[in-house]
Amino acid sequence: MSSPRLIACHECDALQRRVSLDPGRRARCVRCGAVLYRRSKGTLDDTFAWTLAAAVLLIVANAFPVVSLEIQGQQTDATLFGAARALHGQGMTAVAALVLATLVIAPALELGALLYLIAPLRSGRVAAGFGVLFRLVHTLRSWQMFEVFMLGIFVSVVKLSHLASVVPGLGLWAFFGLMFASVAAAASYNEQEIWDHVEGIRRGGSLDNATAGAMQ
Amino acid sequence: MTSAAVTAAGRGLCSCHACGLVSRLPSRAHEGHCPRCDAVIHFRKPNSIARTWALLIAAIILYIPANVLPITITRSLFGVQSDTIMSGVAYFWASGSYDLAIIIFTASIFVPLAKLLALSFLTVSVQLRSRWEPLQRAKLYRMVEFIGKWSMLDIFVVALLATLVDFSSLAAIAAGPAAIAFGAVVVITMFAAMAFDPRLLWDAVGEEEPKVNAHG
Repeated sequence: MSSPRLIACHECDALQRRVSLDPGRRARCVRCGAVLYRRSKGTLDDTFAWTLAAAVLLIVANAFPVVSLEIQGQQTDATLFGAARALHGQGMTAVAALVLATLVIAPALELGALLYLIAPLRSGRVAAGFGVLFRLVHTLRSWQMFEVFMLGIFVSVVKLSHLASVVPGLGLWAFFGLMFASVAAAASYNEQEIWDHVEGIRRGGSLDNATAGAMQ
Repeated sequence: MTSAAVTAAGRGLCSCHACGLVSRLPSRAHEGHCPRCDAVIHFRKPNSIARTWALLIAAIILYIPANVLPITITRSLFGVQSDTIMSGVAYFWASGSYDLAIIIFTASIFVPLAKLLALSFLTVSVQLRSRWEPLQRAKLYRMVEFIGKWSMLDIFVVALLATLVDFSSLAAIAAGPAAIAFGAVVVITMFAAMAFDPRLLWDAVGEEEPKVNAHG
């Protein structure tokens, strides 16, 4: 038994009734003030577009150097894979893995899963394995670190600027765009609305699903 | 605004951490599956206090090598220089980059320490079943969750420096052993914050007397 009209605050468990919101507004818990849910301004198409843009930018960001350094004719480039290889070569495999996990693997999985979930939803179908991949996206969300990495690039550039000329690479601009695209994707993406879509499709379509039966 | 409220758990209802659906668990069950997205659901995160402490203690131990051991080792024509996180801050301060010194001090020293102290305080307050200012403690928890990932800053800076400064004849920077310890502190404290269940802060405050019999 479940009730889609009720919501329990994820931070204090206070049970409250859902109210409908205007686009762009958020509902806060009456007891602890945590954001319970919000109504996004965007549509599924917006989320799909921004996620697709972010996915393309993620590929560019990894294919090209983020910054390059030049001393007396010698040049070194920093791509993320190059950084991982350098760290691994210095015996810092754990740090290399952490960098790859937070900046390449987690975002790639998140964006890939999101595209896989949203593309069929736009044409009224629920992708196979929806629950599992939805939870994957939900979990990976808290490991999103593009803005921290941007600050890291800034700090490194300032640190090195006195001893060599630092050249921003195409990867840097891609990361910059990626930061905005992923924020825009997140702003138009709303877990509650996604589930409203899924339930609408499941109710309207075949009722062989146990969940749809339980929701009646 | 009253601190006591009707909670989902008090009504035998359980909300899904992934999709937010409120559903009823079978009587006397402590965990079940979300009928909508199939996530494992609990009234409260299982063994939250023990798991938070285990992760916190591990992070506190690793915080020591993270600050004492060198995080970067610079080899140049002038010799070999080892830098700890603090000496990196001191370098920026001494060279007049006060803003960067403050950013790195905040991200690498203040934030991890504040997280460890805040989470320890919150966990102890739950163990003592404290009723003191639950809203303030809830806000403290929210802050811990929000600032967590910014500590990755130094890891990204070290990764970029180690990749870029690789001029065998002139200068080369390698990541030091503190990078592993520090990366572990950041990741483990993020897991500790996730293991902590903020709803426990409110459980001691108690539940309002039910106005209607909500059985069934």
